[in-house]
Amino acid sequence: MNKTIITVVGQDRVGIIAKVCTYLADNRVNILDISQTIVSGYFNMMMIVDTNGAVKEFGAISEELTALGIQIGVIIKAQREDIFDMMHRI
Amino acid sequence: MINFTEVMETNAMIEKENLDVRTITLGISLLDCIDSNISELNRKIYDKITRTAKDLVETGMQIEREFGIPVVNKRISVTPIALIGAAACKSADDFVKIAQTLDAAAKTVGVNFLGGYSALVSKGMTAADRFLMESIPQALATTERVCSSVNVGSTKTGINMDAVRLMGETVKKTAELTKEQDSLGCAKLVIFCNAPDDNPFMAGAFHGVTETDAIINVGVSGPGVVKKALEAARGKDFEVLCETIKKTAFKITRVGQLVAKEASRRLDIPFGIVDLSLAPTPAIGDSVAEILQEMGLEYPGAPGTTAALALLNDQVKKGGVMASSYVGGLSGAFIPVSEDQGMIDAVQAGCLTLEKLEAMTCVCSVGLDMIAIPGDVADSTISGIIADEMAIGMINQKTTAVRVIPVIGKGVGDIVEFGGLLGYAPVMPVNAFSCEGFICRGGRIPAPIHSFKN
Repeated sequence: MNKTIITVVGQDRVGIIAKVCTYLADNRVNILDISQTIVSGYFNMMMIVDTNGAVKEFGAISEELTALGIQIGVIIKAQREDIFDMMHRI
Repeated sequence: MINFTEVMETNAMIEKENLDVRTITLGISLLDCIDSNISELNRKIYDKITRTAKDLVETGMQIEREFGIPVVNKRISVTPIALIGAAACKSADDFVKIAQTLDAAAKTVGVNFLGGYSALVSKGMTAADRFLMESIPQALATTERVCSSVNVGSTKTGINMDAVRLMGETVKKTAELTKEQDSLGCAKLVIFCNAPDDNPFMAGAFHGVTETDAIINVGVSGPGVVKKALEAARGKDFEVLCETIKKTAFKITRVGQLVAKEASRRLDIPFGIVDLSLAPTPAIGDSVAEILQEMGLEYPGAPGTTAALALLNDQVKKGGVMASSYVGGLSGAFIPVSEDQGMIDAVQAGCLTLEKLEAMTCVCSVGLDMIAIPGDVADSTISGIIADEMAIGMINQKTTAVRVIPVIGKGVGDIVEFGGLLGYAPVMPVNAFSCEGFICRGGRIPAPIHSFKN
């Protein structure tokens, strides 16, 4: 399974998770895990998702998520899980 | 499963501490292009490079997008051209034509530098080697992306002092021919001792004759990440200091390993090595000098600098070596002057001199790098600087190199702008006493006693 990590960082406001999840659902990206905290007013979220069934290429999803982030005032990044696995697991 | 803190740590390294993959370098053998007809040779070289590297830049960009790690440079290294052109080139001008072909191929595939306009003359020079070396000034003045290197010595062969003398003159001529751009040509010319066959970093990259037909080598960087990690070790003892560098180097190198394997898979070209280097850029927070300062030096150049650099270089290797299945290239800490804001500051503060830099090259990963010197320095003095650096490499069984830029029309204290990743540099003073009599002797310095291990 090709897992992808989506991170969302920015000023907290109503509806961030809803917007991101709606986008993922629309594009048939399955969410496997979500963790989220607020640190001094800042919204921090990490999602582990499965893009195997996605209707779009990884590059397109990544770009559209970035654009969605700009629209709702947060920074959204989608990265393949491998970079974190490589760095933090032997 | 990966946790929140780990993801945030990696992304902080990339976003705040300038962690990047400095280069994916595609090594291409041109041995099968050799032809006695110069036009035919040029055609074959152009075709092979543009065919083999056609997807290189796009693949680098794809990896960058998918993993969220900047892949700063996509580059090519080729077999030393003195070998490839030997059958066809009857003059230095013939070699210049090959340089122009390489430049055209680099532009077609979109790489920013192509290395391998090189000669390996650590023991002697063939007629072709000599033509290539004589052609370097013209080649670098009439091309934009071609990089040149000459290996003039090794621990096994000693130092070819005829080549050292010729390269002193060549560096100066290159400076003259590119004086309109602050002698920029010299930034693309490196003189080596013990040059590795698989170095992915410019300007000294070439594809060694011991290598396979095409190979992917990756150079990682990340001095900012080490600097940041060391902030947490302030005032702690050397054990903590060394462990911190080692762990950080491991993490950085893992990213290099991932990118190298991924590029290799996508391009269907074998993975060669990861070069575990701390390579600075002029950007703030991307500096090897700042690591030395974080260790407790006011500026690099202060007493203690050589020791600090020695431990840094060694810990980077120790941490990185387990992180990659194959390591190679230059691996360690680079100490260029113009490409490192902290080094520039140290020179301007009067703390860092050419002589101290020379001492530092005994323990850093390469040598005297991107150092601007006055344009009126004698050719033989440049040869003397080269000879000293080659001797350090030969005796210590390490790679050393010289990339100095005698800036025509400028003197000590003037500032030279190279632009982009090459940065800017204050012109540094050079010892004015002569070494002419020594350099003009001719011949070669024999290999040192400890090279006889057979």
